[in-house]
Amino acid sequence: MTGRLALGLAAVLLLAFLLSPDSFAPLLRPLTRNGAPPVYTQTSLLSLTLSHLGMVAGAVLAASVLAVGFGVLVTRPSGRDFLPLARTVASVGQTFPPVAVLALAVPVMGFGTGPTMLALFLYGLLPIFENTLAGLAGLPPQVIEAARGMGMTPAQRLWRVELPLALPVILSGVRLSAVIALSTATIGSTVAARTLGEVIIAGLLSSNTAFVVQGGVVVGILALLIHAGLRALEDRAAAWSHAGRS
Amino acid sequence: MIEIENLTKRYGPLAAVEDVSLTVERGRIAALVGTSGSGKTTLLRMINRLVEPTSGRVRIDGTDTAALPPHLLRRRIGYAIQGHGLFPHRSVAQNIATVPRLLGWDRPRIAARVDELLDLFQLPPGEFRDRMPHELSGGQQQRVGVARALAAKPDLLLMDEPFGALDPVIRAQAQADLRRIQRELGTTLVIVTHDMAEAITLGDRIAVMERGRLLQYAPPREILTAPATPFVARLIGTDERPFHLLSLTCVADLAQPGEAEGPPLAPGASLRDALALCLWSGRAALPVEGGGVVTLDALRRAAEGLPP
Ligand SMILES: Nc1ncnc2c1ncn2[C@@H]1O[C@H](COP(=O)(O)OP(=O)(O)O)[C@@H](O)[C@H]1O
Ligand SMILES: [Mg+2]
Repeated sequence: MTGRLALGLAAVLLLAFLLSPDSFAPLLRPLTRNGAPPVYTQTSLLSLTLSHLGMVAGAVLAASVLAVGFGVLVTRPSGRDFLPLARTVASVGQTFPPVAVLALAVPVMGFGTGPTMLALFLYGLLPIFENTLAGLAGLPPQVIEAARGMGMTPAQRLWRVELPLALPVILSGVRLSAVIALSTATIGSTVAARTLGEVIIAGLLSSNTAFVVQGGVVVGILALLIHAGLRALEDRAAAWSHAGRS
Repeated sequence: MIEIENLTKRYGPLAAVEDVSLTVERGRIAALVGTSGSGKTTLLRMINRLVEPTSGRVRIDGTDTAALPPHLLRRRIGYAIQGHGLFPHRSVAQNIATVPRLLGWDRPRIAARVDELLDLFQLPPGEFRDRMPHELSGGQQQRVGVARALAAKPDLLLMDEPFGALDPVIRAQAQADLRRIQRELGTTLVIVTHDMAEAITLGDRIAVMERGRLLQYAPPREILTAPATPFVARLIGTDERPFHLLSLTCVADLAQPGEAEGPPLAPGASLRDALALCLWSGRAALPVEGGGVVTLDALRRAAEGLPP
């Protein structure tokens, strides 16, 4: 309950700050030196936030579709041979530093949104893929056996039984990816993508701590809210699908 | 009617089921017994093609099962397993409706069928229809599992140790219910069990398996009085044999003219119950409802497998 209250409060503060950043100037002024501006005004913070969120959502959505798709594919009898390959690709995507992805992608895709989303997408694949595998592999064998025995086709089993039951585990992979992507997206600003990283980098370049703090706090609160939101969704899915288990 | 002909399933060098042939008449119950790993489950699952035979064939009412797509075959055959396998994210009604939905029945027909089955299994529809599986007791879950298997009115029902997870009191009740419902619907039933008493109570015929082979397929009385091999005799348990024999016959069949003291036995009670009562009350004869008596002497002869 207090957790909810704190989240609500954080959401209200965030909204207030994004809609009217100037009213927070007195609060941030102590962090500035030599009369530097306390609030970032180069670009509207609201539009940066929306663009930041948009990139994260797009990348995580794409990663989810691909990772769940492959997770399903390699757990079918016909796709089992591809499991090691898919695992390797997803792990490489995770271990390859996003900064290096940016560096390699810019010459090909140009500056801006493209390389950033690619980096987020690659970085987000593994948690979703692994959770899809875990979710599908962890289903109670008698339930799958019953589904076969009732005469469901493989597709009916997947859509009516396997995916609904694995959903909570898959969603927790999506949540992990989304939260990681949210903070990782800040580095997109090094290649001129419009993300909240812009505020942080501007602060670093002009030694303005107030900029760094406001960029960081906005990203942090967004991450908290998204984490909590997806968590709630996951719990509902779990209550609905796992009721009989564990 | 199911005709199993020379059915074999090999996993590498191991034959899980080897050259088994047997026939189950329409409306009859065949109980498959044997030690763990003897191939009971594999044999059962070859009937609805959850396992594809290596060789041999299965015919149901004359139709070769290999001629049908497996999922369509399975929708015609009821299937209930140990631990029930209910879908945890579906309500009781939705679970029961699984096969009718796959078959494309319309909503009113499905709803009526669900209620009919819940009534049949003594689960008041108003109370149970919308419950989730985890809101049921083990015995109730098991009944819903069997109701689901019977939902589309299959002529044939396959059960793999359906009562294995139940405690003895609830199991006895579940067996009695199954027997009643099976008689009522005229369903042909093949049931796997490792419990000899269950096989004797339920089976019109018992198939004894060992290491993939069928050792004997006969009515319970014959299995008990003329076991085909020493293994079959061991499986029955020599010390249990007289009691199993007594449990096969009811009091009415052994009653003879006469009078005796005490409260009368129901004619449907088993001879095993009669013997227990004789021993417990120290009497040599018991009256039977509607006239006649069973005597301890007659019970003794029956326990030896002799005719009355
Ligand atoms: N999918 C399988 N792969 C390999 N061996 C199997 C498989 N299924 C069953 N077996 C083997 O076949 C034999 C019979 O198994 P099963 O039919 O399950 O026996 P029961 O139901 O009588 O306990 C066992 O030795 C078992 O290990
Ligand atoms: Mg078995």
